Amino acid sequence: MPRLLHSLLGLLGSALISVLAVTGAYLAFDSVIERARSAGTAGGPRSVATLAEIVQSRHPEVERIVRSASGSVIAYYFEGDRAGAELLDPVTGQAISPHEPSQLTRTMTNLHRALLMGDTGRVITGICALSMLVICISGTILLATRMGGWVALLRPSRGTAVQRLHCEVGRGAVVGLSLSALTGCYMALATFGVLPDGSSSVASPRPTPSGGERLAVSRLAALQSIDLGDLRELTFPYGTDLTDTYTVTTVQGIGDIDAATGQLLVFAPHGLARQIHETISMLHTGKGLWPLALLLGVSALGAPVLAAAGVLIWWRRRRAVPRIPQNAAAKAADTIILVGSEGNSTWGFAVTLHAALTTAGHRVHVAPMNNQARDYANARRLLILTSTYGDGDAPASAKSFLQELGRTTPLPVAVLGFGDRSFPNFCKYAAEVDASLRGRGWPMIADAWLIDRQSAQDFAEWGTMLGAAIGTPLTLVHVAARPKTVALTLSQRVDYGAESQAPTTIFRFVAPPTPPHAGLWQRLRGPRLPRFGAGDLLGVVAPGSDLPRFYSLASSSIDGVVEICVRKRPGGLCSSFLHDLQPGSTVEAFIRTNVTFRPGGGTTPLILIGAGTGIGPLAGFIRHNRRRRPVHLYWGGRHPASDFLYEAEMKQWLANKRLTRLVAAFSRVPGGAYVQDRLTSDAVELRNLIQHGARVMVCGGREMASGVAHALGAIIQPLGLDLANLKSEGRYLEDIY
Amino acid sequence: MNKIASTLGLVTILTLPTLALASAAEARPVTLTTQLRPYGGNGAYVAIYLTDAQGKFHSTLRVAGSKAKYYTHLRDWARGRVGEAARIDGVTGASVGSGQTLRVTVDIADALIDAGYQVRIDTAVEDGRDNPAEIVVPMSAEAAGRPVSGRGYVAAFRFDM
Repeated sequence: MPRLLHSLLGLLGSALISVLAVTGAYLAFDSVIERARSAGTAGGPRSVATLAEIVQSRHPEVERIVRSASGSVIAYYFEGDRAGAELLDPVTGQAISPHEPSQLTRTMTNLHRALLMGDTGRVITGICALSMLVICISGTILLATRMGGWVALLRPSRGTAVQRLHCEVGRGAVVGLSLSALTGCYMALATFGVLPDGSSSVASPRPTPSGGERLAVSRLAALQSIDLGDLRELTFPYGTDLTDTYTVTTVQGIGDIDAATGQLLVFAPHGLARQIHETISMLHTGKGLWPLALLLGVSALGAPVLAAAGVLIWWRRRRAVPRIPQNAAAKAADTIILVGSEGNSTWGFAVTLHAALTTAGHRVHVAPMNNQARDYANARRLLILTSTYGDGDAPASAKSFLQELGRTTPLPVAVLGFGDRSFPNFCKYAAEVDASLRGRGWPMIADAWLIDRQSAQDFAEWGTMLGAAIGTPLTLVHVAARPKTVALTLSQRVDYGAESQAPTTIFRFVAPPTPPHAGLWQRLRGPRLPRFGAGDLLGVVAPGSDLPRFYSLASSSIDGVVEICVRKRPGGLCSSFLHDLQPGSTVEAFIRTNVTFRPGGGTTPLILIGAGTGIGPLAGFIRHNRRRRPVHLYWGGRHPASDFLYEAEMKQWLANKRLTRLVAAFSRVPGGAYVQDRLTSDAVELRNLIQHGARVMVCGGREMASGVAHALGAIIQPLGLDLANLKSEGRYLEDIY
Repeated sequence: MNKIASTLGLVTILTLPTLALASAAEARPVTLTTQLRPYGGNGAYVAIYLTDAQGKFHSTLRVAGSKAKYYTHLRDWARGRVGEAARIDGVTGASVGSGQTLRVTVDIADALIDAGYQVRIDTAVEDGRDNPAEIVVPMSAEAAGRPVSGRGYVAAFRFDM
């Protein structure tokens, strides 16, 4: 409930509340500056009578002296027909400067009060203040829950960078924001008269003064007894009208003073409502209490940060979780499925499992692993489906799972891991979760199962096993969701390798042209590829298959073509399909970004290493090396006469300095060598480059990659470095298939 | 009750057509035009009212500004109208912006014209000045059509009969 309220109000109110917060912060700092300009006002050594006398000697036609809530004192007067106002030094009574109300401050005030929309705006700001209060309270409850209780509220926060930002800023700002919101609610209600503010729309009738000659203002006994710190406003009698009085408003009340006798004629003390209103106004504005104004201002600046981070968190959470029909509530479900997923593929399996269990009569709750609850009241089992990120790390939707595992009440549990057996750390995170659960004594329904390359068959087997273990026969038929593709037309193919029994082709595709008579809507909505760069992946869906095959892109959006380099594999469905294509035919394809395999900016040298079709993305990087960064390319093929991919382009790139050095190794020539052999023979040069910050990028088959890793490891050892060092610095990147 | 009836008979507003018709014989329409200076602040509160020759409040012609809690800043008018509190419902409107002109037509009884009464205007602006009796003009045929300016926010005021 607090989360729903927090998200809903936060999302709806983020923009308006940010406007109110920023304007509020401006006003708070403005009042601190205003106070600083008329420094040293607290009380002041003078009585109001003395100050009035000094002002009147300078401006005989002084009309009014006002002491604002933030402590500045302003005198309003006439000189002939010219109206004037000046800011006073409250200690000396001398003018500091002419008083010119700031246009910016006025606009900020009106924006803050009513969004420049009059009474409608006042209602909206009132609603915003109430929303802010609810957001503060629900946020504090959520934070306490997340940290593990109220006593843990101040411990260091956890989670992603954005979550930590939201927590830290929230914790710092919540007191100030709550105070602003609460007092803001009161101000809104008082404005509309729902709560009394003690103001009266009816003036007290004019008292009858003695009507004698006026005394000098400094001799008025009633004014002599008023301390400047208590003054709100002093109004002088009008012109030469002897029937007029001085009217003085103080912190305590409002009174009329006989100008001839100096005696107080009437005095009406402020009611309780007015005193409450003044106190709450002070708490809301910080005027007259500058450290509070600073606190409120700084806290208010946190609000837009919180709003932005909060919206981002909500958006990420929402994007991470697909829509699941009939998802049971966490407390009602008998079976809980928690999903750890970096992309979205694992969710597909969770949805299949959820549907099968639901059909079998279970009440099933699916959620990301990060959203684990403390207590699943009716749950009888927990099923964890998780992939692994990078070298065995938790995927995005499971980042906080292990840290918070201790708080969840143990249940019978089973872990299903997803990964790719060709990677060294196959399903490492799933194994870690399994071990943690065992370590904490959770009862295991079954040993951890690991699924290789999204195998529907493995998944079905696991389903059968699970069904037997929980006494519910389960048939899991997983059909991977087919990605949304665009039809690309083959515009050119360059064939290599026929002579060395390794047909390899560079394919260049173009996105379908927009029909000449297409309307704007069609042009915008027409099939198109997102932006991409060399090193990103092209997923190709061959006819008769739903499983895409991925190829590294050798071109970028700006090249106007989609270029890939593909070797025909014996029995390979997708590569055979591609190799049979003729210019003009089309393929269904989509882009998947691969941000980790990018050369990055900077001027440090690049060492590009590839073999066979691994040249693709490397060629793309060289082609776009407009800034002539030093690039050293090591590439391995079979025979220079047969599969020297990009040979003509290489010569051109060497000539125009986009490529510094090309070292090619061919295996099927007399005295043949692999690319790693060339590395070893260039050890001194490479060591020097790496010592000077060079970045290494490797693309190609697994065997080549391990050969290269081995060779490079030996090369950099004398530097006291190993590949793990380079990897952790992001200076050794691999794209391996 | 008698007093209320007589006041309504003397000063009525066009927005109350039945009353205006009823008193058409002994009253005439007067157009009040108040142009404010471009003082650059929030909307001004303006009270236009009648007093007798001694400045004693007689009746309200028009109030611009809808939040009653700020009325005490229209000092002379607010003090004068004590007891008349309930009788401004039909004569209030929105505050008048900087540089704007307020033009209203009211019916004023013939008995109040050329009889020593005065039209007075109080103005006030938030975080600005309070200007009680900024304008004082005799309610006479002779003064009609002659613009006068105030020392506060009123650049020009005139009434036309």
